[in-house]
Amino acid sequence: MLQTQELRYAYPGGGELAFPDVALAQGGVLLLSGPSGSGKSTWLALVAALVAPRAGRLTVAGQDVAALRGRAADAWRARSIGFLPQKLHLSAALTVRDNLALAYWAAGLPENGERITQVLEALGVQALAGRVPSQLSGGQAQRVALARAVLMAPALILADEPTASLDDAAAADAIGLLLQAAKAQQASLVIATHDARVAQALAALGVSAPVQLTLPAGAAHTDGVNA
Amino acid sequence: MKTFAYAWRYLWARPMGALLNVLLLTLGLGSITFLLLVSHHVERAFDRDLAGIDVVVGAKGSPMQLILAGVLHLDVPPGNVNFAAVQALRKNPLVAEVIPISLGDSFQSYRIVGTTQAYVAHYQAPVVQGRLWDAPMQVVLGATVARKLGMAVGQSFAGSHGLGGGGHSHGDHTYTVVGILGATGSVLDRLILTDSASVWRVHEPAPMDRGEGKDAHEADHEDHDDGHADESIPDDKREVTMALVRYTTPMAAVSFPRWVNTNTDMQAAAPALEVTRLLHMLGLGTDVLRAFAGMLLLTAGLSVFIALWSAVRERRGDLALLRMLGAPASRIAALLLTEALWLALLSSACGLALGQLFVQGLGAMLGLESALLAAGMLWPSTLLLVPALAVLVSLGAALLPAWDAYRSEVLQLLQ
Repeated sequence: MLQTQELRYAYPGGGELAFPDVALAQGGVLLLSGPSGSGKSTWLALVAALVAPRAGRLTVAGQDVAALRGRAADAWRARSIGFLPQKLHLSAALTVRDNLALAYWAAGLPENGERITQVLEALGVQALAGRVPSQLSGGQAQRVALARAVLMAPALILADEPTASLDDAAAADAIGLLLQAAKAQQASLVIATHDARVAQALAALGVSAPVQLTLPAGAAHTDGVNA
Repeated sequence: MKTFAYAWRYLWARPMGALLNVLLLTLGLGSITFLLLVSHHVERAFDRDLAGIDVVVGAKGSPMQLILAGVLHLDVPPGNVNFAAVQALRKNPLVAEVIPISLGDSFQSYRIVGTTQAYVAHYQAPVVQGRLWDAPMQVVLGATVARKLGMAVGQSFAGSHGLGGGGHSHGDHTYTVVGILGATGSVLDRLILTDSASVWRVHEPAPMDRGEGKDAHEADHEDHDDGHADESIPDDKREVTMALVRYTTPMAAVSFPRWVNTNTDMQAAAPALEVTRLLHMLGLGTDVLRAFAGMLLLTAGLSVFIALWSAVRERRGDLALLRMLGAPASRIAALLLTEALWLALLSSACGLALGQLFVQGLGAMLGLESALLAAGMLWPSTLLLVPALAVLVSLGAALLPAWDAYRSEVLQLLQ
């Protein structure tokens, strides 16, 4: 469901990055790794249609993502990509429920209250719907962020360093939850990480051979889009 | 419309900052509201009081003083003119109406104006109690005077010399209230009107009336009464303070004042001209205040800018996440601009209320409520400038932060 061929990205300030080809089957798990500066963020941005490649093919769930621009890219991203950021970025001004409703506003879609309730229940945080993020524990906040990521039933979930700053037990729980949520939505999963515990946790959960995309160190970059 | 709701929530997520910005904007907008209102009140008062008076003929001197004294009743008059000369104006074919005005006395600092009934008719003032005067020493009170002094038909009082109050009392000449006028919103409301002959009687060297001296004071002075007022001094020796003149044709404005100024001992002053001059002079003063209000508003704009800028900085990640959730950059910029719009809306409402409050307060403090500042609240269309400025300043301040949010690098911010 995700395929890249000779994908290249040119930084606005000069410099170019070439990515290894990769293919991920429907419902599969991809581990994206590589040292700092290898272009993990850029790869995620390309897959999410936030930036356009300079050359190469990029297909996600049958969509030629490389061809998407502007509003079309935004609309496609809203429907097809679920994103779990490293910092959760739940809006402090809004309740848990409204943080999810905000996703509908962002996507320019009518709010679906039933779906919000359903997703919150699936992740066991329905009871927290009226709280604001500052009243949540770290684990609760991560569940809410995950609920937001799967709200639109995306075909692909991108998780950026989901285990950073978690202890071993919590890291294993987080991966388990992520996998479970992806399965429930029949979504494919990309986990960008340099944490060896992720592969272990996946193996423990029966995903013994995730697709590996390892970016070479220092490939190239000249401006700020690095990681 | 969800955008408005979210913008509102984000705005009040930082209540102190939001409150400070509303306050700063309110002060700036309140000052501007105040200035706009005062100039509107003053211009309206002038328009109302000057309506239908084409020219004022009075003693030579400052023409503006003549207008201020005789039409607006704010200043003392430059001097008196001969009554016969004023009457002679009626023969001029350019003149439709001549209303004599005699000033000199007051009661409790309300002016007693000797005139004819044409003066009442000119301002279309209704008589709500009693009747108009039909003999000297009878007075009709303006609405404000009657209300403030609590006087009713049938009561008597003695005027005091001078227009400001505190002059010596004309204890030997008492006026009797015969009527009370309804409120017109014009200068008439704060005047005490009587026949021109009353003023002559009070001021001429020999008190002369014998027929109407019914009270003790009059009786005490009966030995001085040696003739009837209208007979003792011929009209050509009598004086009035000025005359309000209405033309038969607007063309008269060209020739009549020049004719008066060259052929008589009097001067003719055109109220429209003098008031324009006055407003121009006031304008210089309000320009300073306006600049001050502008500075206030600019400060408020800067504060809004800084608040929104830091809000965007603080929320860069949150905003980038909205992009990740599929929000076009324009929707995020719109969210920030809507926050600014809320600020503009709130502070416009508060600023307008504050400005109105200032004007009402000033009116009450200076006792000007029926002179230059109208008693009620006015909502001239110029006040539309206030929300317009608010929107301009707020949106202007939000533009750069919104642009910053618009072009931000999404994934970089989500790290």
